[in-house]
Amino acid sequence: MTAALTNLYRSMLLIRRVEERIAEEYTQQEMRCPVHFCIGQEAIASGVCAALSPDDKVMSGHRSHGHYLAKGGNLARMIAELYGKATGCCSGKGGSMHLIDLECGFLGAAPIVGSTIPIAVGTAFAAHSRKEARITAVFFGDAAVESGAFYESANFALVHNLPVLFVCEDNLYSVYTPMAPRQPNGRGLSELAAGIGLKTAKADGNDVTIVKKCAVQAADDIRAGGGPWFLEFSTYRWLEHCGPQYDNDIGYRTQAEFEAWRAKCPVSRARSQLLKSAAIEKGALDAMERELSAMIDDAFSQAKAAPFPAPKEALEQIYAA
Amino acid sequence: MKDGRLSNRTLTYAHAINEALDIALASDPSVYLIGLGTPDPKGVFGSTKGLVEKFGTARVLDMPVSENALTGVVLGSAIDGMRPVLTHQRVDFSLVSFEQIINQAAKWRYMYGGNVGAPLVIRMIIGRGWGQGPQHSQSLQSVFAHIPGLKVVMPSTPADAKGLLLSAIFDDDPVVFLEHRWLYNIEGPVPEGDERVPIGQPRIVRSGNDITIAATSYMTIESLRAAELLADIGIEAEVIDLRTLNPFDHQDVVKSVKRTNHLIVADTSWRNCGIAGELVARVSEDAFSSLEQPPRRVTLPDAPVPTSRALTDGFYPHAIDIARLAGEMLGRSTSSLSAAAESAVPLDVPDNNFRGPF
Ligand SMILES: Cc1ncc(C[n+]2csc(CCOP(=O)(O)OP(=O)(O)O)c2C)c(N)n1
Ligand SMILES: [Mg+2]
Repeated sequence: MTAALTNLYRSMLLIRRVEERIAEEYTQQEMRCPVHFCIGQEAIASGVCAALSPDDKVMSGHRSHGHYLAKGGNLARMIAELYGKATGCCSGKGGSMHLIDLECGFLGAAPIVGSTIPIAVGTAFAAHSRKEARITAVFFGDAAVESGAFYESANFALVHNLPVLFVCEDNLYSVYTPMAPRQPNGRGLSELAAGIGLKTAKADGNDVTIVKKCAVQAADDIRAGGGPWFLEFSTYRWLEHCGPQYDNDIGYRTQAEFEAWRAKCPVSRARSQLLKSAAIEKGALDAMERELSAMIDDAFSQAKAAPFPAPKEALEQIYAA
Repeated sequence: MKDGRLSNRTLTYAHAINEALDIALASDPSVYLIGLGTPDPKGVFGSTKGLVEKFGTARVLDMPVSENALTGVVLGSAIDGMRPVLTHQRVDFSLVSFEQIINQAAKWRYMYGGNVGAPLVIRMIIGRGWGQGPQHSQSLQSVFAHIPGLKVVMPSTPADAKGLLLSAIFDDDPVVFLEHRWLYNIEGPVPEGDERVPIGQPRIVRSGNDITIAATSYMTIESLRAAELLADIGIEAEVIDLRTLNPFDHQDVVKSVKRTNHLIVADTSWRNCGIAGELVARVSEDAFSSLEQPPRRVTLPDAPVPTSRALTDGFYPHAIDIARLAGEMLGRSTSSLSAAAESAVPLDVPDNNFRGPF
């Protein structure tokens, strides 16, 4: 139990510290691409990926750093991609909005809202056709269920009983737009999914243990042939929609709302649970901080030192050679 | 205000759009604005700022991330007496709604034998730079212009942005209105009041007798810069802003080429099947014997837009590239066009004050 929580904590801490470092370095204007930070939302990435096996696949959207890292994506190649370097996971073609690491099963992320949902269903369809035991988890925000692609994908996944896990991160906003102009008051996201026919669960997305428990239940059922699931997790994005600043002052949400959510920080919650359980000492947590910090330093210095791709590469990789 | 044209007041491109929307909302109750973030604090890069406060949430609306259905919804309202303006902060987001745009809106008047038209405007922002990458910085004008029934407008100055947007809103057919993000901060004189610029006419923005440079959107700015560089070496370029790609009036370009005998077309988009090729074809058909050199195109290479700034080096054509090409066509040396002209060129930002992200 405690070992499991330690791993979950480490996964979240890695995401948090990486995002903080990106935010810090972003002001240097050397990572020249739009970046959507997931600070405050780490528990969903870490909890769900902890329920997956290495053979399982993950896809995501515009806010994908946490999902990539939680699935085991290569940190140095992600940072290099943000710097537009040749050593990046997309050789500089994609940037923050298009991460990929096939070795760990992270099949791709794309920033058109809702677009990777059917693609993830397609990967589950491929696995199902070949009678492979793996499942695909796809992460998306509360706004993605507004796209037709979501309904159509869920419907198809049900028709074919596909091994796919839909993971919806409800952070209350789509850019600066709250729920009211987007979805009917009080209906709920998992109620909608249940109406389509998906099996659903809904939980506190800032409690990593609960997230993992939900994901394990769903993943076990999917593996047993139970068909697609939809998990709804409530959470909150701390930083602005895109970029490294806080934006509680611009008027679309209140400082009080933000503070209430910050008090539910998923990382500190796991940390106090660990310390309370007394199974891990503060010294060990400090050592974990140092280890991650060294890893992140290393990824950033590698990325900064790496070469840029040659301009002619802009015209390459359009088609198979 | 009939004497609005005399106004010397300057506005930014974003402000000029905002003013056109303001005037349209005030003058016609059937006009409404809808789009992701249209009433939000940033107001679509300032272009819709303040309008919800003035006209209320019934006429300046946010929407779910449902571009496909919402395009059908605005179309439905348009065939039932409304004049909607739907806005997408990137043209790329409209791609999920192509069925409604191309199968339905573009053909509504025609396929029902002229019974009813669809007076809707889809404002969409095109752009480049700051690592917007493959799915956030495309220029899809030629795709839209390919479709009979869709008017396609792409202004390059604040005055045209305002005047053409007013014409678009009060046009009785669907208009695709493409705004380049890098034009948003430029300033220029803008007439006051409901002064419309007719859809369908290009504009000669600089006169010259040696070579014709026809351009779309932001490439008009690069072409004007090129014309300045060329003037330094004694070449007088005529620059024509195409402004409207459908209906596409190429006669001003033909007239110009009959005088200059040389043509360059500069477009913000790809080469294959692009508007630049279309204009070259039309001028070749109508003024073949006037051409002293094959017409040339300045476009993006036929590759998706890469993200890394290192990969955009050489990907986007600049003023200096247009100037060098003009020199080559006229058999004149451009070696004196200095490296200074090159280094002044912004690579992935519209100007040096820009701070990312967009
Ligand atoms: C089809 C489409 N429309 C609009 C956008 C612009 N956009 C980017 S992220 C976003 C908000 C999505 O909100 P949500 O799904 O809740 O994810 P969050 O950003 O809150 O994590 C929008 C509207 C887009 N990328 N794709
Ligand atoms: Mg959201």
